[in-house]
Amino acid sequence: MTLENITDTASEHEGDTVWSEGGGWLDLVPRWVQMLFVFVVFVALWDAVTRFGFVSPIILPSPLETLLDLIFVGKNIFTGGYMLGALWITLQEVFYGFLLALFIGVGLGVIVGETAFGERAIMPYLVAIDTMPKVAFAPLFVAWLGFDIDSKVALAAFIATFPIVVGTAAGLHAADTNSRYLFKTMGASRLQTLLKLKLPMALPQMFTGLKIASVGVMAGAITGEFLGGGKGLGELIRTAASQLNTPRVFSLILYLSIVGLMLFAFVSWVQRRFVFWHKERVHAGGE
Amino acid sequence: MPAAAALSPTDAPREPVYQLSHVGKTYARNAVTALDDVNLTLRKGSFSSVIGSSGCGKSTLLKIMSGMISPTKGRVMLQDKPVMGPRRDIGMMFQQATLFPWRTTLENIVLPIEIRDGKKAAKAAEAQARALMELVGLKGFEDTYANELSGGMAQRASICRMLITEPAVLLLDEPFSALDELSRDFMNMELQRICTSRDATAFLVTHSIPEAVILSDVVYVMKPRPGRVAEVVEIDLPRPRTLDMMTTPKFGALVEHIRSSLDKEAFV
Ligand SMILES: Nc1ncnc2c1ncn2[C@@H]1O[C@H](COP(=O)(O)OP(=O)(O)OP(=O)(O)O)[C@@H](O)[C@H]1O
Ligand SMILES: [Mg+2]
Repeated sequence: MTLENITDTASEHEGDTVWSEGGGWLDLVPRWVQMLFVFVVFVALWDAVTRFGFVSPIILPSPLETLLDLIFVGKNIFTGGYMLGALWITLQEVFYGFLLALFIGVGLGVIVGETAFGERAIMPYLVAIDTMPKVAFAPLFVAWLGFDIDSKVALAAFIATFPIVVGTAAGLHAADTNSRYLFKTMGASRLQTLLKLKLPMALPQMFTGLKIASVGVMAGAITGEFLGGGKGLGELIRTAASQLNTPRVFSLILYLSIVGLMLFAFVSWVQRRFVFWHKERVHAGGE
Repeated sequence: MPAAAALSPTDAPREPVYQLSHVGKTYARNAVTALDDVNLTLRKGSFSSVIGSSGCGKSTLLKIMSGMISPTKGRVMLQDKPVMGPRRDIGMMFQQATLFPWRTTLENIVLPIEIRDGKKAAKAAEAQARALMELVGLKGFEDTYANELSGGMAQRASICRMLITEPAVLLLDEPFSALDELSRDFMNMELQRICTSRDATAFLVTHSIPEAVILSDVVYVMKPRPGRVAEVVEIDLPRPRTLDMMTTPKFGALVEHIRSSLDKEAFV
């Protein structure tokens, strides 16, 4: 026991020394300083490019112009201007699209992952559709559902569904033989096994799918607006671009990415709450 | 009579709990005869082990005894009723603890009740689960999530889960072979203590001859192609068994006997 302890501490110390030697002085600089450094260099380069007239201001506005427009758009949104209305519409598209994708995706995922019929007869079609460029369906959705938010919700959901199906179907196979065997010896029904064993086991992979979907759903909603009009942020971007108002395009994109980031962060937060037990395994894997 | 020698001298042989007679299993898929004419009787409160080389049909035997698969020949009777499928009076334990990390230790232990009788019954069984946790030395870990338990603690919890339905027979599939040797010896003694205190009837599959000898009243030595019981060895060491007994000449002789019985097979 004592010997083990001694060798343990010894190797730990050794590890420490090697690690700090390999890291160098950069390890002493906080991460946010390093990130700030990259940001400053980026803005300086950007400023130089516009200031010395390498590109015309119509193509690339200066950082200052962009910042001013950013503030303008921000004011408009926070004072309840027309841009808030546009943001609200895009948010609705994203929300309903995500919700729809969640229900259809998990439903299809369970059918495909749980039944032999689903795996044999439905999965090939899903794979075939998944390989298609899904935004190409946008005009169809507009033709079917009109220029209102419905067609954008449909496209957003259409794009976001597949990663959820794949995550769910793959996750349902994650339960090991021993667990399945145990459930059988406990006399569990198929539904009980699904609800109490396979779905919880599938959660980590389902959330991987949900995160991919949360990115896709934004892309779907904006693409839908580009191609099918409406009154959302995508439409504002399209209008600004057609008026060569590039600073506006930039700042709208920035606000959009904040929305996307928030959705992603929300999904990650829910995951940490519900799949708290998986955290450790991820951590161990990373070491 | 040698059978009586296994039990403490004051007791008469007790009633059989689990009986297999002329059990055979041929897998249709590859026409492999995994078991041929297996007979065994587990008496109330006894501890039996099966030992044998890889592929001699131990897992097949355990699957039949747990009601997971049906034999192609013979009779399998538990408490005078034929085993036709999974039953609540059969408790099982595996090499891996197989606890579910999204449940606390207590919730893991009452899972068999929850599945068979629903959430309400599971809630009602919690008092009993707490008592079991105290028996196996897990008191204080009721609300710990399963992935925060050590290997040995996890196996203790799975012992509780196995016992919660008050099964008539315990089927143990190399339960401690994933643990290090020290914990393994210790857990074996714990297992003996728990089985004795519950008057449990246990059946253990193991690859370790000393483990089989120190725990069992009867050791079944199996041989492959076709899988069959080649020898039944009575272990008449006194109870309770202690780890010190492993150094006695009698223990050594029993281990040697079983080893040579297994070795003969290796050269056939
Ligand atoms: N599901 C199955 N289908 C067909 N053959 C099988 C099946 N399961 C086991 N067998 C065969 O039956 C024989 C006995 O297998 P079994 O798994 O019962 O042996 P075992 O004693 O548990 O071996 P081990 O010690 O390696 O676990 C082997 O020849 C094996 O190939
Ligand atoms: Mg086996």
